[in-house]
Amino acid sequence: MTRAEPRNLRRRLVTPEGVDLGVELGGAGARATAYGLDLLMMLLILVVGSAAMAYLLRPRAAEPMAILWLLGAFALRNGWFILFELGVRGATPGKRALGLRVIARDGVRLTGSAIVARNAVREVEVFLPLTFLIMQAGAQRADAWLAIAALGWSAIFLLFPLFNRDRLRMGDVLAGTWVVRDERRPLGSDLAAASTSRRFTEETLDLYGEYELHALEEVLRAGHGTRLSIVASAIRAKAGLADDGDDAAFLADYYAALCARLERRRVLGRSVADKWQGRG
Amino acid sequence: MSAPTTSSTVAGSRFRAAHEADWTRLDALLARAERRSVRALDDDDLLALPLLYRTALSSLASARATSLDRSLIIYLEQLCARAYFQLYGPAEPAAAQVIRFFRHDWPAAVRGLWRETLAALVLTLAGVIAGYLLVRGEASWFYGLVPDGLAGGRAPGASAATLRATLHPKDEQGMLAVFAAFLFTHNAQIAIFSFALGIAFGVPTALLIAYNGLSLGAMMAVFAGRGVGVEFAQWLAIHGTTELFAVILAGAAGFRIGAALAFPGRQARLDAALDAGRAGATVMLGTVLMLAVAGLLEGIGRQTIDGGNARALIGVVMLGAWLLYFYLPRSRDDAR
Repeated sequence: MTRAEPRNLRRRLVTPEGVDLGVELGGAGARATAYGLDLLMMLLILVVGSAAMAYLLRPRAAEPMAILWLLGAFALRNGWFILFELGVRGATPGKRALGLRVIARDGVRLTGSAIVARNAVREVEVFLPLTFLIMQAGAQRADAWLAIAALGWSAIFLLFPLFNRDRLRMGDVLAGTWVVRDERRPLGSDLAAASTSRRFTEETLDLYGEYELHALEEVLRAGHGTRLSIVASAIRAKAGLADDGDDAAFLADYYAALCARLERRRVLGRSVADKWQGRG
Repeated sequence: MSAPTTSSTVAGSRFRAAHEADWTRLDALLARAERRSVRALDDDDLLALPLLYRTALSSLASARATSLDRSLIIYLEQLCARAYFQLYGPAEPAAAQVIRFFRHDWPAAVRGLWRETLAALVLTLAGVIAGYLLVRGEASWFYGLVPDGLAGGRAPGASAATLRATLHPKDEQGMLAVFAAFLFTHNAQIAIFSFALGIAFGVPTALLIAYNGLSLGAMMAVFAGRGVGVEFAQWLAIHGTTELFAVILAGAAGFRIGAALAFPGRQARLDAALDAGRAGATVMLGTVLMLAVAGLLEGIGRQTIDGGNARALIGVVMLGAWLLYFYLPRSRDDAR
């Protein structure tokens, strides 16, 4: 296990073929939202299920209904996270909606015991203090100190992911898992394939490096009118080119030319990280 | 050299031209597999999946080295990651996992926790003795040790006849099954808590285990005080041996986690926590099953079997069966 985790959310995941897939950890906000969604769905199922059972089984004996309800509520509370995370997608519906999934930290397959461990601990992080509070409130015994202790307990564990670089919950620590982003992204169009009517000299292309190229790619893909013209006029001013009135086409051509040049330099072992290096 | 910017000089464009069809196919296959399962794919697609995955992976490796098209690299990264999870992610089929759990994982994990199990057993026995002595000495302790919901008419003031009646229910057999279901969910939740509370260095787990012993001891004191102690023990034994064993094992799992977090020894703390967490989770999952068995014994066995000796016999047999299952030495070949 690597000790020197970087400060950003990108982590190594090396496949058996030796390629680092570079997974990105799920942010705290997305995970909290996913958890909230899951709780909401569980609550909804509990309410709808209880109502349906009460409606369907009321005429007959109350006894099998009570047994069914007790077991059903138990299975829902403890099974929801475990069964969904054991599935192919490795995610509960809430996590799926937020584009997250659970994987093993060492990249090998996720075992059942790891999923059970990470979700059993959730009981203690959140449910235990909550049920304790509700029980005490129901018995008219709730006092302020108890409430503070219960909330403090939960706060420690709920905020725990914010105090380590890998965003691990206590359950993740015990299970050896972490939550990563799992999003489907479409392949963006090929910007470098734009028809190139404009020609640029080497001097105008040596102004920028790969960092600026990526920034330009972002601007082009966003396609925001005023941003395009600001960037275009900045490049023209720096390169000493005349304004031909078509900002988008100018930037597309400049991108294609810059990309080709920087790639060639990269292949020759002289890659240019950013514009400061390009000047040297 | 005046930059001739035809599209073929840009690595990203060449990659796209050469492999985009493969990527699109892989993307479509993954989308189908993710929607249901890998079984949704037919034979041709299944055979193509690893090949397409390797194509995408090698595209990614060379694109990273040569291409500056970031959208392409990000796309390939997520495509490869999704394919990786499909190919390497899902474990063996569910049935095989269940068989391995019962044949190897569960007993092995229980055996691995023998020290913690002994500690939990000692703590329970200490609780029982303390609870017994406390209530025999001063009856009002009972109300502090046994929650109202579980006492159910068994109180220090009750006569021998009342106490005996709670052991041989006649009229409310229906509700007994509900009570058994309630007790199962309650006990299983306690078992999960005592595993998970290990994260607080096992201290709350120890309290839970000791408290469980205390209330049992208090109950015994009440019955023994009226001369129905043996009948109570028989009544308890039919499911109690399984149930107490399960609670002790769940406590042991919690102790293991607490010990790993507090004293990781030669391992790094994170690695120690991981080993303890996975072993503990296996044991804890098993205790939930044991508690379900205990619930069945309580709900069905106790209603149909009224003889004291028969109840005790079942309890002893169950205990022996669990001990044999967990601790009987077995050959190494069914190890992983």
